[in-house]
Amino acid sequence: MGATVTTANNDEKTWGGGHNEPLGASYGKMMMWFFIVSDALTFSGFLGAYGFSRFKFIETWPLADEVFTHFPFMHGVAAPMYYVALMTFILIFSSVTMVLAVDAGHQLKKTKVAIYMFLTIIGGLIFVGSQAWEWKNFIKGEYGAVETVGGSLLQFVDKDGKRVALADFAVKLPEQREALTRSKSTWFMEDAQTLPTYTVAEVQAGFKAHPEILIRTEKLTDKKKKTILSREESEKHLASAKYVVEGANLIRNEYGNKLFADFFFFITGFHGFHVFSGVIINIIIFFNVLLGTYEKRRSYEMVEKVGLYWHFVDLVWVFVFTVFYLV
Amino acid sequence: MSHEHVSNTKRIWFVFGLLSVVTTIEVILGIYKPASLEFTHFIGLNLLNWIFYILTIFKAYYIVWAFMHMEGEKSSLRWSVVSPVIFLVLYLLFILLTEGHYIYGVFKDSTIKWNF
Repeated sequence: MGATVTTANNDEKTWGGGHNEPLGASYGKMMMWFFIVSDALTFSGFLGAYGFSRFKFIETWPLADEVFTHFPFMHGVAAPMYYVALMTFILIFSSVTMVLAVDAGHQLKKTKVAIYMFLTIIGGLIFVGSQAWEWKNFIKGEYGAVETVGGSLLQFVDKDGKRVALADFAVKLPEQREALTRSKSTWFMEDAQTLPTYTVAEVQAGFKAHPEILIRTEKLTDKKKKTILSREESEKHLASAKYVVEGANLIRNEYGNKLFADFFFFITGFHGFHVFSGVIINIIIFFNVLLGTYEKRRSYEMVEKVGLYWHFVDLVWVFVFTVFYLV
Repeated sequence: MSHEHVSNTKRIWFVFGLLSVVTTIEVILGIYKPASLEFTHFIGLNLLNWIFYILTIFKAYYIVWAFMHMEGEKSSLRWSVVSPVIFLVLYLLFILLTEGHYIYGVFKDSTIKWNF
């Protein structure tokens, strides 16, 4: 026996910090809270950076309800917001089943805990799947656009201001260039990305052939709509086109400001990663519940701790939803 | 751990209803964007965005207090978790948004054109 005896040393709960419970919470729970604090600050940093960039380009930032307009099985129907709203409901509902699992854990009802945890996992998986679908649409794009030498983006509209896709007017010119791949060239000549469907010349030729098409710039009017140029101005702008942009990647995107897609990928990606890891942790705890680990312990506090993390993921989504889709 | 072990399922469903209603309101406002709200400005933001942010904070409060059961924790834990986040975030947003707005002015009023 040592010279000093502490209560923590001769007690099963040593790993959990002994009987000292600062702030009235167990060691694990308190640490989960402080992990959440640091994670919340990380996300705040990201959203703050998004706000910074948006304020910088406040007059040219893309309009979210023009970008996210897809809904499953509804092709060609512009349904802004509905899909993200659905995703939000799924995540809130999985938060509810999680808190019900915690609640059942307080009453030591093993079966109920297991059922609610299972539902939470399903909800989380549906959410991650929905996000993957959202990303797919975002990356694929819908209309296509043209980037000028100055780095700004030109989109195409008809007389009524409705968006026109490149495929609707661009012509196919005979002189096609094939994408350079490693097998056809030396490594340094490889194309950084696959070639877009049309070349700039093809878009320009198609534009000439369709006098009813106009160009829409990124600039927002005071009615918060994008500026539509006259035909003469459109021609002048299109002459300075450099790239054809289809869909989105980290370098350029057809929706507008380059940073918009970067932040979209980074912030929703980081959040999706949290959801994914939350699902994994939930699955582990779910199996522990089934094995009766917490039944033996006579405490379902572990469910409570992963519940905290899961609710935090929901909490972050509430903010991402507002900042990306509403404001 | 020493929390009361009574079921509060009722409250959980109530909070779920509340969060759903608030989200629905947000979505409806986001789709229709009433012009009277969108083009009326109040301290640097339009009213619509003010509503969105207030509703977001409202939802966040209920998630943290009811779902994460912050209301059952000691006030020392509550303060040590919530206050650093609130004050650091306010500071961060203040400095970033002010600077972002400043750079917007630089781009607008000078000849510098650099898209980064």
